[in-house]
Amino acid sequence: MKIKSLIAAVSIAALGSGAAWADAHSSKVKVGMITTLSGGGAGLGIDVRDGFMLAAKGNDNLELVIEDDQRKPDVAVQLADKLIQSEKVDVLTGIIWSNLAMAVVPAATAQGKFYLSPNAGPSALAGKGCSPLYFNVAWQNDAFNEAAGAWANDNGIKKVFLMAPNYPAGQDMIAGFKRTYKGDVVEEVYTKLGQTDYAAEIAQMRASDADTIYFFLPGGMGISFMKQYAGSGVDKAVMGPAFSFDQGILGAIGDAALGVKNTSHWSKDIDNEANKKFVADFQAEYGRLPSLYAAQGYDTALLLQSAMGKADVKDAAAFQAALEEADFASVRGKFAFAPNHHPIQDIFMREVVKEGDVVTNKVIGIASPDHQDVYGADCKL
Amino acid sequence: MSLILLIEQVLNGIQFGVMLFLMAAGLTLIFGVMGLINLAHGSLYMVGAFAAATVAGWTGSFTLALVAALAAAAAAGALVELLVIRRLYDRDHLDQVLATFALILIFSEGTRYVFGSFPLFLDIPAALSGPVVLPGGIFYPLYRLVIIAVGLLVAAGLFVLIAKTRIGIQIRAGEADREMIAALGVDISKLYTLVFALGAALAGLAGALVGAIQSVQVGMGEPVLILAFVVIVIGGIGSIKGALVGALLVGLTDTLGGALLPTLFATFMEPSSANTIGSAVASMAIYILMAGVLLFKPSGLFGAT
Repeated sequence: MKIKSLIAAVSIAALGSGAAWADAHSSKVKVGMITTLSGGGAGLGIDVRDGFMLAAKGNDNLELVIEDDQRKPDVAVQLADKLIQSEKVDVLTGIIWSNLAMAVVPAATAQGKFYLSPNAGPSALAGKGCSPLYFNVAWQNDAFNEAAGAWANDNGIKKVFLMAPNYPAGQDMIAGFKRTYKGDVVEEVYTKLGQTDYAAEIAQMRASDADTIYFFLPGGMGISFMKQYAGSGVDKAVMGPAFSFDQGILGAIGDAALGVKNTSHWSKDIDNEANKKFVADFQAEYGRLPSLYAAQGYDTALLLQSAMGKADVKDAAAFQAALEEADFASVRGKFAFAPNHHPIQDIFMREVVKEGDVVTNKVIGIASPDHQDVYGADCKL
Repeated sequence: MSLILLIEQVLNGIQFGVMLFLMAAGLTLIFGVMGLINLAHGSLYMVGAFAAATVAGWTGSFTLALVAALAAAAAAGALVELLVIRRLYDRDHLDQVLATFALILIFSEGTRYVFGSFPLFLDIPAALSGPVVLPGGIFYPLYRLVIIAVGLLVAAGLFVLIAKTRIGIQIRAGEADREMIAALGVDISKLYTLVFALGAALAGLAGALVGAIQSVQVGMGEPVLILAFVVIVIGGIGSIKGALVGALLVGLTDTLGGALLPTLFATFMEPSSANTIGSAVASMAIYILMAGVLLFKPSGLFGAT
């Protein structure tokens, strides 16, 4: 399935926000977006795409080509080759899954293309494998989990059962939690990526003496697990990074998630002008609440356009410097790049609450201020 | 590993096996009676799940959703048989594989066109949700027990149908010699459509039952289809009894392998590598089982030799 969209020209006056790219010298950029638009991970890719398109709306200097990777690394690699060689894009973005990012990003940057990651943050690309052309606009995979581990120490969580899919992000997430968590890890289980039945794992949870289940299961995996967990009668507390409790998952599982704590760099109730505008515009445009993936797609487009206003993408050194400034109003509030091109940002603790009929997240505090990943030390940029 | 956990995992394995049986029964019937390899069987499973999710969304009734799943899958099966499959009986298996693979693509893209790429979620009816306490203090989700019961009922029903009824006699005769039963005045093409629709309805039922605990999405049938083929190869092609035994074997091997092997490996190696190697071996376990069975019984456990 292929959606090719050329963002239509709209008069600058209609933008209303006086954004950074609204200058006559702005360079033209062709962006290739490879993301997951079908299957159990579709919700994530659709949100990244919609967030990106919302922020890029009306910018006629930005041409966007969108492709569906079906969460398959081989498909993603083919699409990247096609976008680089026949579409001749300047910038690639969009990948959701760390295993796909590992398959695509090193090859793309080696061919001189910029890559802006709106979601995946594998540790390998933050440390030894970092590249001057690779920017992560979301997070390094460990980030939310390091914050959650620290929070668990302070909140009397003594024994945890860890579960994540067996792929680079799953391993990073668990490693991140264990880096800061000081209590007992009772069991550590890795599932298949895309698994839909968790009966066997739930039986292990029931039999273990853990007091809390800490899991990372994004998209459809999280929905399947939470529905089955709620029906199993196991009454241990659950906790996880925001991916396990994002808006798409909460909409499908409903009240079963109320009260659950999860860590995130973004929430729809973070109080700043950019975020208020984003949440309102997103709801007006698409008729649903934005998720963190949408926020990341939105910030990615804002970052790209801020750099387009300052430098020509053909001048790689200047464009890289423009990206490094991160001169845009992030919906997260504070945002800066560390030397390894990964974010320095606050990680919040959120709680799942009910607002009217809608189950959603609410910020209850900062779990880790100005968080930065630990892999940057290995990155020679 | 405690006994309670082991029993719970055995129940999970049986539930998985019973679900595979619903898929494999149709597949093996169709292959046995018509000699047709139907790769599109997974699509019929998906059709059942989507029909159930849609009707449950409209009416809120799970019973109606199940009826809709059976009806939609049977209708889709009959339609496909009349339009496409009928032309394939005399062709070789490669042509059948090609045509039914095309059907998978048509069903998948068609479903994507109508329902979109976003997974749908079907809720378990309130009366069947939550756990029950089994003797020995074992908590188990009621819905999964119901799946086991439904699967075993269907198995019993199929045995009666094949062994005791007139249709069953015709099916068995069709398996043995299709020219002969045509010569004896049985309308063979009607019989084929019927068998195909029956197989499709079972796949649709499996899709709807499983859709309520997992998610309903495009392409959900293909992973199950592969396992269903493993089941019928193990059980012996064309044999319903073989499909039941094979399905339970595969279900138990897969579930218990995944649960026990990492623990077993951890007794003599480091926990982290035991976990990785254990899960890797567990995911191969059913294929090792299949290879083992074929080594000793090349036509499967209950296959005609």
